[in-house]
Amino acid sequence: MAPMDTSAVTRRPQRRVPAFASALMRFIVMAATTLLGLLAVTFFIGRVIPIDPALAIVGDRAPQHVVERIRLELGLDLPLYQQFWIYLKQVASGDFGTSVLTTNPVLTDILRVFPATIELATVGTIIGAVLGIPLGVLAAVKRGSIADQVVRVIGLVGYSVPIFWLGLLALVLFYAKLGWVAYPGRMDIVYEYTFTPTTGFYLVDAIWQGEWDVVRDLFRHIILPGALLGYFSLAYISRMTRSFMLNELSQEYIVAARAKGLSEARIIWFHALRNAAVPLVTVIALSYAGLLEGSVLTETIFAWPGLGLYITNSLQNADMNAVLGGTVVIGAVFVGINLLSDLLYRTLDPRTRSR
Amino acid sequence: MTPLLTVEDLRVSFPTRTGTVDAVRGVSFSLGRERLGIVGESGSGKSQTGRAIMGLTPNQADVRAKKLLFGDMDLLAMPPKERRLLRGKRLAMILQDPKYSLNPVMTIGLQIVETLKTHERISSKDARARVLQMLEAVQINDPERVFDLYPHEVSGGMGQRAMIAMMLVCGPDLLIADEPTSALDVTVQLEVLAILDKLVAERGMGLIFVSHDLRLVSTFCDRVLVMYAGRVVEELSSANLDQAQHPYTQGLLNCLPHIGSHRHPLPVLERQKEWAE
Repeated sequence: MAPMDTSAVTRRPQRRVPAFASALMRFIVMAATTLLGLLAVTFFIGRVIPIDPALAIVGDRAPQHVVERIRLELGLDLPLYQQFWIYLKQVASGDFGTSVLTTNPVLTDILRVFPATIELATVGTIIGAVLGIPLGVLAAVKRGSIADQVVRVIGLVGYSVPIFWLGLLALVLFYAKLGWVAYPGRMDIVYEYTFTPTTGFYLVDAIWQGEWDVVRDLFRHIILPGALLGYFSLAYISRMTRSFMLNELSQEYIVAARAKGLSEARIIWFHALRNAAVPLVTVIALSYAGLLEGSVLTETIFAWPGLGLYITNSLQNADMNAVLGGTVVIGAVFVGINLLSDLLYRTLDPRTRSR
Repeated sequence: MTPLLTVEDLRVSFPTRTGTVDAVRGVSFSLGRERLGIVGESGSGKSQTGRAIMGLTPNQADVRAKKLLFGDMDLLAMPPKERRLLRGKRLAMILQDPKYSLNPVMTIGLQIVETLKTHERISSKDARARVLQMLEAVQINDPERVFDLYPHEVSGGMGQRAMIAMMLVCGPDLLIADEPTSALDVTVQLEVLAILDKLVAERGMGLIFVSHDLRLVSTFCDRVLVMYAGRVVEELSSANLDQAQHPYTQGLLNCLPHIGSHRHPLPVLERQKEWAE
C-alpha cells in the first residue's frame, strides 16, 4: 500500500510565541480603546447632567465671586474637549481628582473601598460556582427527575426574589433570631483598633498575620452577604451548567466514551464537564464581573463599605470625580476579567489555541 | 461450539408522547468469528440493533430479547457494571463520524490510553507504547506526533483510524462498525476499509458492519442481513446477492446503476405496505 497521507494532518503552528505576542498586542489595543470610550462617555454624561461641579463644592449659599473662582480653578471655563484632554492626562498619571465628599484623592478612596467589594464578590462567586456547578450537573444527569425540579425551583427563586427582601429576611433570621452570624458591617468595632490591614483584603491580611480571632469575626460578617450573592450567582451558574451539560451529554463522543467501557462518573465529570467548562468559564467570569461592580443593594443592607456603596453615595452628592473614577475602575475590571477568561479559554479548549 | 453472539427476537422501543415507537421488532441472528453486514435504509433499525447489542441505547429505550448472548453470557441479565466492563474490552463499536465521536479537548493519544487504562492495570509508559503500536497498526506513519494531536488537528480519515485504534487497542472479540465510512471521502473510505479488513482478519474478530450501502457491505462481509422497518426481511450470503427473494431487496438491487446500461431515470423503489407487516 502506498505511504499514508501525512499531509492530511494539519501542522501544528510552529510560531507559538509570536502568535501569543500578537494576541497580547490585539488585547492591549482593544483594552485601551474600550477604556478610552468608557472614559469619554462617562465624562461627557457627567458634564451634560444639570449638576454644577463648582456649586457642589461650595454649596448653594456661596457668594457669586467664590463660585466663579472655583469654576476657574476647576477649569470649567475651558471648552469641553480641553477639559476632557486635561482629565485624560491626569487619569493617565493615576490622578482621578479629589472627592468632594471625602476630600481624599479619588484613587485613595477607591483603593480603600474596592478590596471590600472584591472580597465579597470573590466569596460570592466561589459559593456560587462550588455549589452551582455540581447542582447543574446533577440536574442535567437526572433530567426530568425530582432533583432536576428542585434545582430548577432553587434557580427560579434566585432569579426572581429581590435581593433586598431576601437580605433583610436572612438578617432577621440568622442574625436577630438565631444569632449565627454577626451584625452588618465588615468586622466588629473592637478590632478596628487592634487590627491593621496591609492590603485591604481583610481576610487575607488576617490569615497572613495569624490573627485567628479576627479571621473568625470577619468570616461571621462576610458569610451572610457572601452567601446571598453566592445564591444569586448559583441560580445563574446552575442553570447554565445544566444546559451546557445536556448539550455535551448528547454528543457522539459520549457514546464513544461509553463504548470504551468508561464509568458514568468519568463520562460525566471528566469528559462532559471538561467540555462544558469551556462556555462555563464565560458565564462565571460574567457573573463575577457583575458582582465586582459592587452590588449596591447588598452593600447597603449589610453596611458593606464597598465600591457599590461608594459610587451610589458619590452620585447622590454630585461628586462627579468619584463617580468617574469608580466607573473607570469597573471598566478596567471588566477588561481584566475578559482577558482572564480569554486566557482560561485558551487553556481549556485546544481549538482556540492554534489560530 | 457456542457462537460469539446469539440474538433472538431482539426488540427495541422508545416511548414518546404519541405512543411507543418500535425501532427494532424481533431481530434474530447468530454470529461466529465472521463478518456480518446489516443493511437498511434510515430508520430501519440497523443502528439501534448495533447499539442494543452494545448496551448503548438511550436510557428511555426499552430493550427486550428472548436471547441476547455474548458467548454464553446473558447480556441483558448481567449487572450493568459487568456489562460496562465488557465494552471496550471484548465488545467494541466504531461510530460514524470522527469529527463528533472523538472528545475535542483530549489528545488522540490520551483517548486511546484511556481505553487501555479502563480495562487493564498498566503503567503510563507501557500504555503509551501499546498505543503507539496500535496507531502504527492502523497505518499512521508518525504515531509519536499524532499521539499529541487534538481531534480537530487531523483529517477525517486520520480521525477514523484513531477511532479504530481506540476501540481495538484492548483486542475485543466482536466489533460493531456503525457506518464507519459514511462520513469520509470516497478515496479515504477505501483506505479505512482496507485497514479495518486487515485488522479483523489478523485478529480473528467477529464483525457487524452496519451500513446503508448494499454494494459496499456485500463486498466486505460474508453474510448480509437486510432490514426494513425494524425487521430482518432477508438474510443472504454475499455471493448470492442476486438471488434475493424479498421484493425490497430486489427493488434495492434493481436501483443500482450498471456500467454499460443506459437506464434513465433509474427506477425508484416502490414501497409496499405489507413489507412492514
